Amino acid sequence: MSKQDWPLYEVFIRARSGLSHRHFGSIHAADEAMALDHARDLYTRRNEGVSIWVVRSTEIIASDPADSASLFEPAADKIYRHPTFYKIPDDVENM
Amino acid sequence: MSKDQALIAYVTRMGDNAIVMAQRLSEWVGHGPELEEEMAMSNFALDYVGQARMFFSYAGELDGKGRSEDAICFLRDGWDYGNVLLVEQPNGDFGETIARLVLFETFYGLQLEALATSPATKLAEIAARAIKESTYHLHHAGNWLIRLGDGTDESHRRVQNAIDRLWTYTGELFEADPVDQIMQSEWQGPDLTVLREHWHRQIDELLAKATLQKPEDGWMDSGGKGGHHSEHLGYILAEMQSMQRTYPGANW
Amino acid sequence: MYTQGLDQKQKKSAADPADTPERLAAFQARIDADEKIEPKDWMPSGYRKTLIRQMSQHAHSEIVGMLPEGNWISRAPTLRRKAILLAKVQDEAGHGLYIYGATETLGVSRDDLVADLLSGKAKYSSIFNYPTVTWADIGTIGWLVDGAAIMNQIPLCRCSYGPYARAMVRVCKEESFHQRQGYEIMLELCRGTDEQKRMAQDALERWWWPALMMFGPSDKTSEHSAQSMAWKIKRISNDELRQKFVDVTVPQAEYLGLRMPDEDLVFDQKTGHYRFGEIDWQEFWEVLKGNGKCNRERLETRNRAHDEGRWVRQAARAYAEKQAARQAA
Repeated sequence: MSKQDWPLYEVFIRARSGLSHRHFGSIHAADEAMALDHARDLYTRRNEGVSIWVVRSTEIIASDPADSASLFEPAADKIYRHPTFYKIPDDVENM
Repeated sequence: MSKDQALIAYVTRMGDNAIVMAQRLSEWVGHGPELEEEMAMSNFALDYVGQARMFFSYAGELDGKGRSEDAICFLRDGWDYGNVLLVEQPNGDFGETIARLVLFETFYGLQLEALATSPATKLAEIAARAIKESTYHLHHAGNWLIRLGDGTDESHRRVQNAIDRLWTYTGELFEADPVDQIMQSEWQGPDLTVLREHWHRQIDELLAKATLQKPEDGWMDSGGKGGHHSEHLGYILAEMQSMQRTYPGANW
Repeated sequence: MYTQGLDQKQKKSAADPADTPERLAAFQARIDADEKIEPKDWMPSGYRKTLIRQMSQHAHSEIVGMLPEGNWISRAPTLRRKAILLAKVQDEAGHGLYIYGATETLGVSRDDLVADLLSGKAKYSSIFNYPTVTWADIGTIGWLVDGAAIMNQIPLCRCSYGPYARAMVRVCKEESFHQRQGYEIMLELCRGTDEQKRMAQDALERWWWPALMMFGPSDKTSEHSAQSMAWKIKRISNDELRQKFVDVTVPQAEYLGLRMPDEDLVFDQKTGHYRFGEIDWQEFWEVLKGNGKCNRERLETRNRAHDEGRWVRQAARAYAEKQAARQAA
């Protein structure tokens, strides 16, 4: 079984026309069409959406947090430390 | 039969297709290949239950005997159920469920479209609402057919087998019996020969994208519309109707 | 509630060198000022670990919780009940997904979390190891189990970790319908035939004590509680939540005309609270250990689904890779 799960996407939804897209959370999907479907199924069950954006989590560029602990994190890093954002060869064990 | 009787039978059959699909799809709860697909399948099941309720309520009104949606759903036995054989087939693996969804929904979408202009205005309204759901179901299932057909060797083999297996149930969709004929002549219902052409074109296109072979038309099983079902329907109804049969007349 | 298993393996891990006293103090100051901690913020390793365990157990509970209720979808006694139950179970899948998503922001993958669930390593709320044997169980679960969950989740909306708090806000908005539909089922049963009333009474007798156990043992026996409270991962103590639940629920049972299966239950005029009997913690620990009626079945079901779905997930991946290659060409 491949160690690669379906990639992570961040979901942004415009609840009603006139509002801007807001971050709702993340989903896993194998491809773009599936990502949109999953986002729709998960976040708009109660008529809460007129527009959905999905973006691969690895594509998001983020600013530093205000905290000085950012010493340990390079700028423009991943938005959070999801393990599959980092490519490790399959035959490396215990990782 | 009268045109009104034909309408009642036709509307009831549509409810029957919907509720049997709902029963089958809800079996995926707890068993899906991924949580997101369990959500999708239960979402579709919910859509189908909603449609079944609308069709059954309407049939009850037309009937004028005071039968509720529940009476129509839970108190008829298999020989009075008019769903097509395709929908009562077991789920099989995920590929078989997707194949069944694609084959049925392609037909169902065309049927609903055709009914949107029926002078039976309530039926036209229900059809107009259901078609939005059907369109999404087909979009989702169609994409899965492509992923599975053009995925791995194993997925290709499984979903090709599924299409081959289910093909014998597709003929019935376009067999016009007296109810279908009266619907067409008196209620602006679909011309099934025209529907068949559209269906074949859409299925051809989808199968091609999925790198799947279209089976040859062989012997077609049928009889569901007339209440002659496979052995599966009995079990579906026994489970579905068990509470109402065990506690007759109770409110829930 | 979702930390039921946390105290079991009392392994003292070596202190993380990154957790210097200065950083810990600065972090605590943020917590005390009611600031929200977000994914890229520095956090003590203990904070991260506890949250991962608590949140993943919460998510697992939602997913496993779909099974006892899913058991009655095909047999729901009316179309309306079938629709409601389908919507509820769908919500639960959704809640699991929200919480897994929030947990992943802490640096774990959902695949790994799910693997721990399937192997039996990770815990989920003990309540879902009980069987749903009558339709009344569906009503009782909505009324008591979702009721207890709501009681636990509302304070978690103010949890210090941003993604978890936000997930809880979404969950709470959706959860209130869950409890109401359960109670509505009970109302119908209790107004119905003698058999229906008996069904309702029987369900209450089987689910009441397990529902009380959901809140977990007294915090006096838990090492983790004090630290979790300080870090605002836990906002209210187990005992306090449990007392609140009893106080709120007993009148609801009285309204239904049902008899509470607790001879020691009595309203104390002086305190304004109900006093209730001793919980059989032996049963609780046994079920948590794996010796409940449905533990094996629940895990077997999820494992089977996972195994049988492997070819599907692989196909989706393969197709995505083919598409990417075609587009690059």
